[in-house]
Amino acid sequence: MAHNNLNLKLKVWRQKNATTPGAFKTYEVNDISDEMSFLEMLDVLNEKLIVTGDEPIAFDHDCREGICGMCSLYIDGKPHGPWQANTTCQLHMRAFKDGDTITIEPWRANAFPIVKDLTVDRGAFDRIIQAGGYVSVNTGNAVDGNSLPIEKDNADAAFAAAMCIGCGACVAACKNSSAMLFLSAKVSHLALLPQGEPERKSRVLNMVAQMDKEGFGSCTNTGACEAACPKEISIANIARLNKEYLRAGLTAE
Amino acid sequence: MLNSKIPAGNLDDKWVDYKGHCKLVNPANKRKMEVIVVGTGLAGASAAASLGELGYKVKAFCFQDSPRRAHSIAAQGGINAAKNYQNDGDSVFRLFYDTIKGGDYRAREANVHRLAEVSVNIIDQCVAQGVPFAREYGGLLSNRSFGGTQVQRTFYAAGQTGQQLLIGAYQALERQVALGNVTMYSRHEMLDVVKIDGKAKGIIARNLITGELEKHFGYAVLLCTGGYGNVFYLSTNAMGSNVTAAWKAHKKGAYFANPCFTQIHPTCIPVSGDHQSKLTLMSESLRNDGRIWVPKKHGDDRKPNDIPEEERDYYLERRYPAFGNLVPRDVASRAAKERCDAGYGVGTSKQAVYLDYAAAIERYGKTEVSKKGLSNVSHEDIIALGKEVVKEKYGNLFDMYAKITGENPYEVPMRIYPAVHYTMGGLWVDYELQTNVPGLYALGEANFSDHGANRLGASALMQGLADGYFVIPYTLGNNLADEIYNPPIPTTHPAFEAAEKAVADRIQKLKNINGTQSVESFHKRLGKIIWNECGMSRSEAGLKKAIADVQALKKEFWSDVRIPGEINEYNPELDKANRVADFIELGELMCVDALNRNESCGGHFREEYQTPDGEALRDDENYMYVAAWEATGEHQWQLHKEELKYDVIKPSQRNYK
Repeated sequence: MAHNNLNLKLKVWRQKNATTPGAFKTYEVNDISDEMSFLEMLDVLNEKLIVTGDEPIAFDHDCREGICGMCSLYIDGKPHGPWQANTTCQLHMRAFKDGDTITIEPWRANAFPIVKDLTVDRGAFDRIIQAGGYVSVNTGNAVDGNSLPIEKDNADAAFAAAMCIGCGACVAACKNSSAMLFLSAKVSHLALLPQGEPERKSRVLNMVAQMDKEGFGSCTNTGACEAACPKEISIANIARLNKEYLRAGLTAE
Repeated sequence: MLNSKIPAGNLDDKWVDYKGHCKLVNPANKRKMEVIVVGTGLAGASAAASLGELGYKVKAFCFQDSPRRAHSIAAQGGINAAKNYQNDGDSVFRLFYDTIKGGDYRAREANVHRLAEVSVNIIDQCVAQGVPFAREYGGLLSNRSFGGTQVQRTFYAAGQTGQQLLIGAYQALERQVALGNVTMYSRHEMLDVVKIDGKAKGIIARNLITGELEKHFGYAVLLCTGGYGNVFYLSTNAMGSNVTAAWKAHKKGAYFANPCFTQIHPTCIPVSGDHQSKLTLMSESLRNDGRIWVPKKHGDDRKPNDIPEEERDYYLERRYPAFGNLVPRDVASRAAKERCDAGYGVGTSKQAVYLDYAAAIERYGKTEVSKKGLSNVSHEDIIALGKEVVKEKYGNLFDMYAKITGENPYEVPMRIYPAVHYTMGGLWVDYELQTNVPGLYALGEANFSDHGANRLGASALMQGLADGYFVIPYTLGNNLADEIYNPPIPTTHPAFEAAEKAVADRIQKLKNINGTQSVESFHKRLGKIIWNECGMSRSEAGLKKAIADVQALKKEFWSDVRIPGEINEYNPELDKANRVADFIELGELMCVDALNRNESCGGHFREEYQTPDGEALRDDENYMYVAAWEATGEHQWQLHKEELKYDVIKPSQRNYK
């Protein structure tokens, strides 16, 4: 494959901390190989900033292979940038043209306060899981793994929901900053499996209550979350969540 | 003398006897005992959750923004367990045997046998948590095979097994957080172990958001902080994976064992340029169905699909007919390097070999045709059906490859090359996972104990969860039973104050250097030295040169590194500087260890010690020991040996032919 080098302009959100107001700052980067990942392009810029005495741009990232969910970035108006079913760390510079101006912002949601520059605090997601996103089974309690056959279709559907990486792109994409896709993925994962059955009602009620408490908005079914999800978590999970919620509410004691 | 505390008795009975006789802490006392767990990967999250369930007061730390991000999440292929659900001859003994042999007879028999025993419980536990493992149409769990074995014992969840297992452990952990048994400290980095009267009694941690140092007391400190592969700069590890916690423990007296035993994984996406920040693994499970080859013609520049079958060299199948493409990782990596060094490499860099799915796609297509009872099916339709099957099995891996390289692996063979993936070495621990510093434990990849000189695929997840769910809950109690008489120590104790001051001074010193070169640039240079001289093959001359180079680099780092920003704020460059400073010291020790070990075994290949046909030549007479290094001063280490005794398995030359 032939490779190109790009010269780009970057408009990056800079913000010292949660309490100081932020602003866009423009940077130029030159000779960017289109084989680089987007984050490697930011690495190049940061190296330049460091040696010239400027402060590097803070952004979250870790595995750089699309699975840990730590990277974020709102790139040209899209969470994780222009590619479908992709995380920022796997976005490659092939996606851009020489001379492009790229706008880079943090996730914007009240429930995800900014830590610095492009880094936000997604602790709300952990607290939603704490509210019931588990099966209450202590270590050592388990029966043989094959004692309970699970229909392959259900197991596969549970897996498809469990693929959520908790990155928060769904919240960032939603005009209401709703966390319904994230929440519904966990509720679906466990509701589809027999192991999740005993706590099925309390789980959905408690997790929804925690989501509301964290300040996430309501779902108005625009589907923006599904379109932005790097793991293609289906919006059908939200329908299942609503069904589970209704069922739990109607049959509660 | 190193006392590994291996229980007496038959190998089969050791763990059962241990559990039957170990001391216990009663529930009321557990509630009064704080335990520190550093790291929340499979080992850390499972340990923190299980200890919380038992009633201990657990404080768990991770540097990421959430415990769910720990790098265990990136493990792709699967987890081994001796369930024998496939009726193909598997057993606890066979898993034990394969692991010892795969480790090239440098692992401890008792630990590995225990690992094989509890492997079956892990699968049960994970299923109970709702881990959605792959299943067959009958609803039962599915298995696949992996390198270094001849049975199908690997459980998996597509190519995301690590993710699903970690989410299971993470959810168990968050449940304990909700119940108040575990306090979670995210975005915290452990920067020292606090020792009082020779025992580990706490840690100094830095809040990475505010930069503040915190003192935490614990009756025990469990390091579950993963491996040190990032010493090579380029590896399949996450960017933040680091050796700092383990290294601080080492500097406080814990021995570091077999640091030169590092694993180079054969199937990674090749380096594309100097900008490269990490390497991406393509799961070893791909070797199940993919065939690895290079052109027979030296320097062949044709496109892979233009090279006819008879002009391809399936070198693993040629050299190792019994195991073929499924030889262990070290063997497969070296064979790839051998072909590329000889001038048969492919791609622009010529540092790559092909991993080809064409044959598998056709084979699966034909199976589908007969399964569906179709007739008169065209070749194109067979291929299309085959691609569907491959997509279901490996779809996410193929997508990942396409994203990174811009090539379609369903049409063109993938290019792969070995990359650093795992480190078998780590903190020395005894049978109870306790280091030589009482009260300080190491679990999972952070310890050295189970994989010898080479780890088999799908065994890291097994070990992390074995240590956390099923080993430490027993062994910790055995030791804490004697601690109930000691009251908790307030963090105003002089030892805490002194440790905190030492950490603060070091950070200030780093910051004051105010030099001209970035942390990253030092890390890249360190990586190159270690990769070239202490990577896939090592030599006496190369290692001596590397030691001198690393020492010089250390001097330069401490006089010319530049760290922007302030100490008392969120400052990722400062975090990185702390880590790279430790990697530099570790890099030197790795070379010292590799130089000491005058043999080749597993991932450690010394050019001077090989058989006429290029296989690793072990020296059991002189090197059948664990090399445990004690830090004694600047650039100085003292070697302690733990002799390895094989009571059950008779070591032989590994033969995969």
